[in-house]
Amino acid sequence: MNVLDKHPVYIAGVAESPLGEIYDHTELSMVAVAAREALAEAGMTLKDVDGIFVNYMGEQGSVQVGEYLGIHSARYLDSSDLGGAAFEAFVQHAALAIAEERCEVALVTYSSRQRSLRGRSMAPPPGRVSITSQFEAPYGLPFPIGYYAMIAARHMHLYGTTSAQLAEIAVAARKWAQMNPKAWKRDPLTVKDVLDSRLICDPLHALDCCLVTDGGGALVLTNKSRARGAVKKPIRVIGMGESQTHWHAAQMPDMTVSPGKISGREAFAMAGITPADVDFIEPYDSFTITVLMALEDLGFCQKGEGGSFVSGGRLAPGGALPAMTMGGGLSYNHPGALGLLLLVEAVRQLRGEAGPRQVKNAKIGVAHGVGGVFSTSGTVVMTNE
Amino acid sequence: MSENEKLKYGDAISAPFWEAAAQRRLVIQHCRQCGAYQFYPRPYCIACGADDIVWENARGEATIYSMTTVRVQIAPEFKPPYIAAVVQLAEGPRMLANIEGVSPKIGDRVKIAWRERENAPPLPVWTL
Repeated sequence: MNVLDKHPVYIAGVAESPLGEIYDHTELSMVAVAAREALAEAGMTLKDVDGIFVNYMGEQGSVQVGEYLGIHSARYLDSSDLGGAAFEAFVQHAALAIAEERCEVALVTYSSRQRSLRGRSMAPPPGRVSITSQFEAPYGLPFPIGYYAMIAARHMHLYGTTSAQLAEIAVAARKWAQMNPKAWKRDPLTVKDVLDSRLICDPLHALDCCLVTDGGGALVLTNKSRARGAVKKPIRVIGMGESQTHWHAAQMPDMTVSPGKISGREAFAMAGITPADVDFIEPYDSFTITVLMALEDLGFCQKGEGGSFVSGGRLAPGGALPAMTMGGGLSYNHPGALGLLLLVEAVRQLRGEAGPRQVKNAKIGVAHGVGGVFSTSGTVVMTNE
Repeated sequence: MSENEKLKYGDAISAPFWEAAAQRRLVIQHCRQCGAYQFYPRPYCIACGADDIVWENARGEATIYSMTTVRVQIAPEFKPPYIAAVVQLAEGPRMLANIEGVSPKIGDRVKIAWRERENAPPLPVWTL
């Protein structure tokens, strides 16, 4: 019996904030809108929240969000910065806190306006004394794409992975996006389109890269008795894991092995499942290579076989492993950190409310967040049973 | 900028690295307990924990571990296209790098070169 067997934890509410390009909101107001909607699904209000989990909401993010939402008596707080994977890690942190009765209703939330504010830069941070500014910044490696490009290049060198195989991932995401009215990009996309798009950092093309949009969302986690009051079907968390490997490009222990190797191992072991039991996956698709390598590290295929694994539409609608089912960061939305929206989509799939893009008979879903420069990962296994 | 001011670049732990770089010497830390080499510098050996580490001249030879041709301009001082790479030193540790003046591929052997900089010590870069 693991902790989640003894103390079941549920995602009782989810919501997206406004998405796309947003001029009539602030980051905090987007969080507020999403939080109220997610809490309504859980049959709750802001008054019920006693745990706050946020990333990228400014200095002491949980404090800023709590104040904005008028929550002044929370008793479990977490602003851990694990990049885009923070939200999968927050599921683990919140579930353990709920199991230990250190909080009862955990609000996980995030938003960004990096599209409308044009807040994205690929330049290294200025400075003369940090490790980054001494030993990495002078070489002009674009952040984060240059790092992922070198990861892809090494994977190609060792295993013969091709750009066309990576492009299949972008094409699969687009096919899912075409069934999602909230997706930013819905026009048809072919492998040739991806290969013909501009090279940014070899071997990654413009269409190997995720979007930059505004957006965010919220999740509510709670225990079994509180989840009974939910308006929509609560989805149970049965496995979770997190890990990290490196911050600097030259410090990644093996450029073709991500921290998903450990976060996935932990999550799948806890859930008592293997990849064969997974009905769909929401992998973090910051870049096409991010998906390919995560699938290997989670054990869906052997190391080095990711290229052939993703070929033939396996991840696309009708394929054997539905993935990026809302269109992913590649075609739906990517508001700086996608991890929270992966969980939102997984919950909706497991509730059976994904409409035209619904995965039939989905019982077990996985959200796999990745942060930094393949630096962090968090894996969450969920079920509707 | 005077030589003295150039030495202010970096931090207390990395100072020997940049002092050597000013003389176009590549140095890395070597543990006399376990034999490990490490880069970037730390106050002790992160392989075994020993304090007994010394700065040694590196051979200045490396292999390209991975690389990318950067085709986007991220700041005024970087003019694309150029090659950013991770090189693996003959001693073992890896460094971020630029490969200059050639069209290399992963696995190629490279040797140290130095790039003069206006406001900082010479930067180690690599060439075939």
